[in-house]
Amino acid sequence: MTVPMPYPALIAILSALVILLFGVSLLTGPAAIGFTDSLVALVSGSSTDAVTLVMREIRLPRAILGVMVGASLGLTGAALQGYLRNPLAEPGLLGISASASLGAVLAIYTGLVIVLPLSLPVLALSAAIVAVLVVRLLAGGRSDAASLILAGVAVTSFAGAMTALALNLSPNPFAALEIVYWMLGSLADRSMSHVWLAGPFMLVGWGMIAILGRSLDALTLGEATAKSLGIRLDRVQALVVFGTAISVGAATSVSGAIGFVGLVVPHLMRPLVGSRPSRLLLTSALSGAALLLTADIAVRLIAPDSDLKLGVLTALVGAPFFLWLIIKTRRTLL
Amino acid sequence: MSRLSLDNVTVTLGDRKVLDRVSLNMEGGEFVGLLGPNGAGKSTLLRTITQEIPYEGRITLDGKPLADLGAEGRARSLAYLPQIRDIAWPVSVTEIVALGRLPHCRPFAKMTMADGAIVADAMERMDITALAHRRATELSGGEMARVLMARVLAQETPIIIADEPAAGLDPAHQIALVETFAAIAKSGRTVIASLHELPLAARWCQRIILISQGKIVADGPASKVVTTENLSCVYGVEAMLMEDAQGLIVAPIRLTPRTS
Repeated sequence: MTVPMPYPALIAILSALVILLFGVSLLTGPAAIGFTDSLVALVSGSSTDAVTLVMREIRLPRAILGVMVGASLGLTGAALQGYLRNPLAEPGLLGISASASLGAVLAIYTGLVIVLPLSLPVLALSAAIVAVLVVRLLAGGRSDAASLILAGVAVTSFAGAMTALALNLSPNPFAALEIVYWMLGSLADRSMSHVWLAGPFMLVGWGMIAILGRSLDALTLGEATAKSLGIRLDRVQALVVFGTAISVGAATSVSGAIGFVGLVVPHLMRPLVGSRPSRLLLTSALSGAALLLTADIAVRLIAPDSDLKLGVLTALVGAPFFLWLIIKTRRTLL
Repeated sequence: MSRLSLDNVTVTLGDRKVLDRVSLNMEGGEFVGLLGPNGAGKSTLLRTITQEIPYEGRITLDGKPLADLGAEGRARSLAYLPQIRDIAWPVSVTEIVALGRLPHCRPFAKMTMADGAIVADAMERMDITALAHRRATELSGGEMARVLMARVLAQETPIIIADEPAAGLDPAHQIALVETFAAIAKSGRTVIASLHELPLAARWCQRIILISQGKIVADGPASKVVTTENLSCVYGVEAMLMEDAQGLIVAPIRLTPRTS
């Protein structure tokens, strides 16, 4: 087998990439602002200056959310694949994305979002947390992966049905259009209040998953062996499930459902870390952030006028890429 | 030395008693072979000791119930090789074996030189040093079995529980395996292994426990347990038995004719 790149070097490269893309994201937008102007405005501009407003209130939150949402998707994708020992697992599997979407759709459908804009992310996040409690309840508190997946599938289907119902009964075509647009996933026009709302939840979710490295390593040999190595499987399940729910629920509540990042990123990183699940966590978080920043820069450059949705681009690029990845690695994977 | 005791252990699945009031004492320093036909309850018995399945009765280690020891405490006393050999990711062989050191390392701490030496020794014993950098998922069945066994050895616990550790191994590696177990037992630790390889068990185990239909049929040294009567009664096979200076030689030769 090929010797993987030294782990610290990989982390350093990925971190540098995220910082670079964060900078490029800050400099990308319809308002033509020069390099030095934008940085000066960001750091020391006055709050009444238009350039400063664009930088601080439009581009900065967008870039921060790009990093955090991407990292949440990559990290939870890696954790779920490791926990379920299944390369097809992704954050949407537990019904979290679908339920968060349902919460957001309800906010749009009832018109609550017009009165109170922040009601959308709040409802979305609450729905994600309710969903994961239902999933745990359905799985019966058992620690085995199969019942968890089944419960997740059930909740996903139900949330999907309710979303369809909301679309079906939507009071006017504009609401329906808004629901559809929201579900496509985007980071455009998000404010710092979105960052303050979703950021802390994502951080808490990351913290819960970050301590699971050795448990996921032990699970490489199956649940029975992991247990005999002193891993408490019920605790691991609770941390994976709630960590994913909180971080991906918060991410979805501000960005809408963004597919394929959580599924593809761990596959990209796996060969670089010698497939070790613990080393996949930080690397997947960093490359998830890098990938989402890149996609979010791309939607602004490719079609600056037509509002190409981020989730559409990630799915459009992600699906064929994933296909290619499967063909390339199926001998070692399956 | 650690003393492992089972007291009236019963496991019920539906209305079937898979284990029926099994009592055992193991003082340490023994290589115990667990024999019995398919479905006799060997794996179930091993899995009650690892606390993997619920049971009635008491299992104690040095007088303390194993259930009270906690997952981490148990992992430092008891290593377990499950029958199902399953490696989820193409991780390197060395990393698989190094997982055995997990219960001895603090979270987030790196392995020490001493840990590395233990891992290297375990790999040497199972003759997999040459495979160190191979992906564990690309190995043959027998090689994978040795890698997983090395992982168990690296855990360095006073008690080792192995469910069919010799299955899939070639004759040379089978003998190397049971000689390793015998050497471990000599150092005061306990090895309990379920085995279908009668010749290996009869020749290398100090003690053999023969179970059938969830009950212990015979328990003692090979010369007392591996008898033509027991083999015929429990397995339904006729066997040839011989003895040389090193121990018992047993060869199953035909099915016992059914008498009606």
